[in-house]
Amino acid sequence: MGKQLLKGNEAIAEAAVRAGATAYFGYPITPQTELLEYLSRRMPELNRVFLQAESEVAAINMVYGAACAGARTFTSSSSPGVSLMMEGLSYIAGSEVPMVLIDVMRGGPGLGNIAPAQGDYFQIVKGGGHGDYKLLVLAPATVQEAIDLTYQAFELAEKYRTIVVILADGSLGQMMEPAELPPMKPLQSEAPAWALTGAQSRPRRVITSIHLEPEDEEAFNHKLQVKFEEMARYEVRYYEYEVDDAEWIVVGFGTAGRVAQTAVKQARAQGLKVGLHRPISLYPFPERRLAELAQKACGFLVVEMNAGQMLEDVRLAVNGRAPVNFFGRMGGVVPLPDEVLAALWQMTDKKISLPHPSPVSCLPMYGGRP
Amino acid sequence: MMTAKLNLTESLVYERPHALAETFTHYCPGCTHGVAHRLVAEVIDELNLAERTIGVAPVGCAVFAYNYFNVDFTEAAHGRAPAMATGIKRVRPENVVFTYQGDGDLAAIGLAEIMHVAARGENLTTIFVNNAIYGMTGGQMAPTTLPGQKTTSSPCGRNVARMGMPLKMAEIIASLPGTAYAVRRSLHNAKEIIKAKKAVRRAFEAQLADEGFAFVELLSSCPTNWGLSPAASLQWIEAQMLPYYPIGDYKVKPGQ
Repeated sequence: MGKQLLKGNEAIAEAAVRAGATAYFGYPITPQTELLEYLSRRMPELNRVFLQAESEVAAINMVYGAACAGARTFTSSSSPGVSLMMEGLSYIAGSEVPMVLIDVMRGGPGLGNIAPAQGDYFQIVKGGGHGDYKLLVLAPATVQEAIDLTYQAFELAEKYRTIVVILADGSLGQMMEPAELPPMKPLQSEAPAWALTGAQSRPRRVITSIHLEPEDEEAFNHKLQVKFEEMARYEVRYYEYEVDDAEWIVVGFGTAGRVAQTAVKQARAQGLKVGLHRPISLYPFPERRLAELAQKACGFLVVEMNAGQMLEDVRLAVNGRAPVNFFGRMGGVVPLPDEVLAALWQMTDKKISLPHPSPVSCLPMYGGRP
Repeated sequence: MMTAKLNLTESLVYERPHALAETFTHYCPGCTHGVAHRLVAEVIDELNLAERTIGVAPVGCAVFAYNYFNVDFTEAAHGRAPAMATGIKRVRPENVVFTYQGDGDLAAIGLAEIMHVAARGENLTTIFVNNAIYGMTGGQMAPTTLPGQKTTSSPCGRNVARMGMPLKMAEIIASLPGTAYAVRRSLHNAKEIIKAKKAVRRAFEAQLADEGFAFVELLSSCPTNWGLSPAASLQWIEAQMLPYYPIGDYKVKPGQ
């Protein structure tokens, strides 16, 4: 096939098509609208289902219905729209039907703005909706990675009967990069064994998220937890750069991780032994690997496009073995490599001024005007 | 010794519809949800749809509707059954898909979803049970609660100056372009129940003929939350609900 110049949103949409998705339901919201627009043409061309819903609330419930009926189905949105989907996501998690959500994050809270941000980490990675559930969250940093993860997402969703989220941001959705698209997968010939298809020559099936007896609900929750642990065991993904001899580790996901990699290269050129750990799976979080890195690292710098959300998970993984600093830009501002570099140097200076660095002494650093 | 010869022949006068599951009911004594369920089950039997039908239950008293039908079923979030049914029908147009919803579910929290399935003309059937109250949560004011009607959240009676007038859903749905069939029937006596059955049947036939959205509003009783006996509740439907919610055909697409 070869590489083509592809726009992030359209590349993700085409990757989902090639992964065999047969039904898309969505609602326009910047900066993901090209996904919806692309699919409005592409899905009917292939005799697949495209429907523009009246709201994100309706869109996620259409996906819920299509998933119950055994379709390979997905939706896409951006932060405020994803907030509206939280009810549906909780019900879907509680019904154990597979689906994929593409979240192209933007600035918040509230209406915020349409610029790239990473403020959905908490609502996506920690659950967001009510009840104890986890989503399998994959965060790409390049258009190629977004294609590759979207292509795998549907089969992962079906394997675990879970929701898989591609957590991108506005810059990834809007940028154009050379990337290669995978081949078209054949469509599923049969609905899964649990799907609602009409009780023809078999007992009827019911898909619901209600368990009225507390003991039943608890037993169901135990079953969910076993599944999430299994995901945690087998689905950890991360990317690393120059960590082997690194004294300092920068941690960032998605676009922030990509910017941080440039800063790491510059710091290396200036003689600083620094490496990058970029989590790709945010749930499951690569906590074991970070704990391992914490054995020999002098300190960590977490870089995010939010006020420090993944920071909490890095601190839990490092568990006091090394100081964990933070540099963040908020409100839709993408950090510059120079800013990350400055934060890195500032952190290394702390090592000199604080002979016994304590993680609680590490105050967050925010870029921009105070 | 003489043996008495008895010639016994049985004639079946009553049978549980096959589409109605044999189980205990959670509905209160005198509630007409059971009648509405039976009408839907009879129609599924008569049209031989049990193997093709997928039902979507609401949140409210009918949340357990999936327990009572021998067909595939799912259970939606509050008000979202029409959106869920849309997703099912769009990916499996060969199936017959229906929602069964109460007035809080359909006319309050799920108003956007029901209006848009009607606007799009989704090939779905909706059975809408209007009992002028929130049943499951214990009798609060619904969008269908009558002016002056006392509920646990309108203890002095619905004040229309502050709370507005109740919604006439059959008329509203009839006004939308994608609606093929929108009628109101009542379950307060045998004659009206027979008429309601015909409407339910036509609402499923409309879906089979790909005509668009089909909607049957059924005026229903709630003795527990109205604080009336089952018999008095049926009289209350006739005396109080019928004047505001007239039985009628609000849209019947030509050709049906």
